[in-house]
Amino acid sequence: MLTIQNYKKVESLEEAYELNQKKANRIVGGMMWMRMGDNRMNTAIDMSGLGLDKIEESDEEFKIGCMTTLRQLEVHEGFNEYTEGCVKEALRHIVGVQFRNLATVGGSIYGRYGFSDVLTLLIGLDSYVELYKGGIVPLTEYAARDYDRDIVVNIIVKKRPVNMFYEAVRITETDLPVLTCAGVKFKDTGVCNICIGARPGRAIVVEDTEGILAGGINEKSIEEFSTFVKTNVPTSGNMRGSAEYRSHLAGVLAGRALQNINRD
Amino acid sequence: MLVDIKLNGKSVKADIAADMTLYEFVREHGCYSVKCGCETSNCGLCTVFLNDKPVLSCSVLAARADKCNVTTLEGLQEEASEFVTFIADQGAEQCGFCNPGFVMNALALFRENPYPDEDEIKEFLSGNLCRCSGYEGQLRGIMNFLEAKKAKEAE
Repeated sequence: MLTIQNYKKVESLEEAYELNQKKANRIVGGMMWMRMGDNRMNTAIDMSGLGLDKIEESDEEFKIGCMTTLRQLEVHEGFNEYTEGCVKEALRHIVGVQFRNLATVGGSIYGRYGFSDVLTLLIGLDSYVELYKGGIVPLTEYAARDYDRDIVVNIIVKKRPVNMFYEAVRITETDLPVLTCAGVKFKDTGVCNICIGARPGRAIVVEDTEGILAGGINEKSIEEFSTFVKTNVPTSGNMRGSAEYRSHLAGVLAGRALQNINRD
Repeated sequence: MLVDIKLNGKSVKADIAADMTLYEFVREHGCYSVKCGCETSNCGLCTVFLNDKPVLSCSVLAARADKCNVTTLEGLQEEASEFVTFIADQGAEQCGFCNPGFVMNALALFRENPYPDEDEIKEFLSGNLCRCSGYEGQLRGIMNFLEAKKAKEAE
């Protein structure tokens, strides 16, 4: 159960930051996951009045405000076009429209939930987290960090041209995923990122430590990389699936992602 | 803390606890169509419109709705009546417990997309759980409703 003593709709990021330095206080995003646990807080910090619920699109990038809802992101035309519809595919299975009208992108990114479709979707792109005090850091780096008391202000996605793929496996529609997979091919460099989430640990970009894809993507390298993912990406078991099952899925989806993004 | 929430068009001023949910607030002010079915932000039964967007009222603080428009089924009688009557005549539901949340979200769907196809209906309403039907009745009911509406408009 969620117990809150005070509620404060802040008027500036500085005010939010100051309040957030106290351990007993917490920033409330969409509150969707927060309310599931036994959480007590002194002051709930609400940033909904700071105008950070917008997606700004320029020629170079998308700037996604931390209070942007998952639904806003899901139906954003420019971001759908850029991700070849992957944003819609990644988000539309999350509970329901009413849920996605509350859950925030900033909450998902700060929370770095293992099951997060949002993190899996964004981590393979040329994406960054803008922190209030900590500057702009690559999302891959932020995703691996421990929780701190800084504030996620914006999520920035650079508009490098990509081919993109997204697929998640769910036991039943609208449940948390058993495994998530995104594939990104940067058209400028030809580099491919395969991202695996809900392992059930946090999403990662698979590092091609053996240089399997260095010589190009073809039937053989796809098969090899698929086996590499199956063998090397860390997975574990929980109520939704065993480690073995997840590793199998990871290999299959990684191969499928490569097949799909291997286009001009 | 003091809030001023426009509930179904009327300004409601109240002194509330910081952790009061919007669900508790609307119930306290007489909107009993809004119910809590799951406690895990999943069932869609507590759906209200917050500034015209369907949300789970159980998962949002009433404090956040300060100075916002909140609409429940009680405030949508006119918009809802044709659909509700049609669905009832179709015998689409069994116990009807999930009906208010289902109607609210269906209205949200029609506002956004007046003539959704089957897949669009399923996707939009996937966050509304019903534990006695297999959703077939509701789906058939909505499809028939849309057909009837189209036929009427064609006349």
